[in-house]
Amino acid sequence: MSAGTGETDRRTDSGIPVSPVYTPADLVDGTEGLEARLGMPGEPPFTRGPYASMYRGRLWTMRQFAGFGSPEEANARFRFLLEQGQTALSVAFDLPTQLGYDSSHPIARPEVGRVGVAIDTADDMVDLFRGLELSEISVNFTINATAPIILAAYVVAAERQGAPYEDLSGTLQNDILKEFLARKTFIFPPGHSIRLAGDVIEFSSRHLPRFNPISVTGYHAREAGCDAVQELGLTMASAIAYSDALVARGLPFDGFAPRLSFHFATTLDLFEEVAKLRAARRLWYSIATERFGARDPRSGRLRFFSGNSGTTLTAQQPLNNVIRSTLQCLGAVLAGAQSIHVMGYDEPFEIPSEEAVTLSLRTQQIIALESGVTRTADPLAGSFFVEWLTDELESRARTVLATIEEEGGAIAAIERGIPQRWIAESAYRIERETASRERKKVGVNIYAEPDGTTSRPRPFELDEGVIERQIARTEDRIAARDATSHGRAMGALERVTRHGDNVMPALIEATRAGATVGEMTDVFREAFGEFREPAPW
Amino acid sequence: MRPPRIVLAKPGLDGHDRGIKVIAMALRDAGAEVVYLGLRRTAAEIVQAAVEEDADIIGVSILSGAHGPLVMQLLAERESRGISDVPLVIGGTIPDEDATRLRELGIAAVVPVGTPLDEAVGVLLDLARGRAA
Repeated sequence: MSAGTGETDRRTDSGIPVSPVYTPADLVDGTEGLEARLGMPGEPPFTRGPYASMYRGRLWTMRQFAGFGSPEEANARFRFLLEQGQTALSVAFDLPTQLGYDSSHPIARPEVGRVGVAIDTADDMVDLFRGLELSEISVNFTINATAPIILAAYVVAAERQGAPYEDLSGTLQNDILKEFLARKTFIFPPGHSIRLAGDVIEFSSRHLPRFNPISVTGYHAREAGCDAVQELGLTMASAIAYSDALVARGLPFDGFAPRLSFHFATTLDLFEEVAKLRAARRLWYSIATERFGARDPRSGRLRFFSGNSGTTLTAQQPLNNVIRSTLQCLGAVLAGAQSIHVMGYDEPFEIPSEEAVTLSLRTQQIIALESGVTRTADPLAGSFFVEWLTDELESRARTVLATIEEEGGAIAAIERGIPQRWIAESAYRIERETASRERKKVGVNIYAEPDGTTSRPRPFELDEGVIERQIARTEDRIAARDATSHGRAMGALERVTRHGDNVMPALIEATRAGATVGEMTDVFREAFGEFREPAPW
Repeated sequence: MRPPRIVLAKPGLDGHDRGIKVIAMALRDAGAEVVYLGLRRTAAEIVQAAVEEDADIIGVSILSGAHGPLVMQLLAERESRGISDVPLVIGGTIPDEDATRLRELGIAAVVPVGTPLDEAVGVLLDLARGRAA
């Protein structure tokens, strides 16, 4: 079979037709208008990056997503990554923790410690960060439905280390809308979920000045199948929904917007991805100033974390994934990411091995220290093609945004399953194009192994004893806690939950008193009920 | 011959539903009747649906690594409801050695991530048609 150039090769990954060559005539208002639409790095509209010096001032944060098994095992992986030169931590939680079940719950047992670390109590969080200074190290938490509870456990662990709140830095994902959209670890109905996300943002804006209380995320919608344009439009629609909810609570936009952070995928179509991320910065600046009347320039300064795409990786010829990850990391750097995760080449099979995760980190380090791409800010600016494509992504994303607005905004659209349907249909289209070889995948539908077989190694083996040990430890801790203060704290949590007050102070108090993640989630379950997603068809 | 009837579901807590939805759409386009039960379904719910729908085949997808215990629950439930003749197919991140063990336990087919779409659909349709005939 020949590599050929079919129709899909002349369109970007999201289907935008590309011309053979670009000239100044392709720019909407020629080169003159370009300056205003770009600005300088660190200046509105931030197209060229959030900071003036970009990577000359400080490299991006190298943050490999990690965690599995018990807090001790995850702690060992964290220490390993830091020894290898990683500059911050990113915690993966197991599904029971993400969905608010203690490890002992019958539903939880098969899943304990598998896709992340198991956390039942604040003591587990203390063990997770044992020997790691929370006042110094930035930590990212991929947690959403139970984000307020995990934040409480984190601040209690910091208290036990003697770390003051004002020193805590990092990011809580806390983007529940994209759980309904794509990632699917929602628990409560959207309205109550948004309230909890707002409680976290309000509490953090007041007490945790260096902490990002939300990472508005398009990444998972992209991984679930949507294209770059939809990813951008959906992310902005979510950011608007959260901002509307917070403003409606009486918070001034400039009071929380500077701490909003974003999370995008960076996939393989290098120029389209760079254009998307540049367009994202310009689009958010326009939304912040025009829609929300931001006065603080930091409110419209979009900062983002880039996750490389797992769905671009293949189980066939897994070493090819090293190359794919390198291109994706390069794209994120050329686009000016603030922090980056590079996928392990073995992730189509399981949790990445130590070897794979080290190689991911080395990929970041080689791009940072050997390639020279960090020397100047926004190196692709002024390319006729990249500027044209940036404008194109922005205008197409605005159309997506307008469609969502017509449906009543992100929350209403998600409740009716509309963007979920877009995502599923786009995923199906991509698979059909791959099956028909319109869309090339090296090692899969072209240059595949002649016999078509792929062996699936098992790089990650969960120690099955982890589950029983975790359950036993939590039982001991429950037995050892003071029943009176626990009971009082749980009663208070129930009252503020039903009353509509900010739940964070009561959650912190209950966490201090030894309440479990499952117990606290049950208070919310009781008050809010559970959400079941609409049928996709 | 009536169209093959297929019950699909996500057991356990895993939310990765891109693959199973793609499979559902492709099966439907191939003429099958597909009942997709959605996320976080228990073994009892899945088998109950298979009984009610008179399913020719049950397909589940698990990408969290919890396939071992979840499959055991499904097999036990299928047995106790007396529909052990309805083939059970597992998709997801299933290592080779586990796939072999699952087949020995009575799983009709394992469709790991990376399986080409037409191949995955072919496996499911062949099993379903074999029973619908």
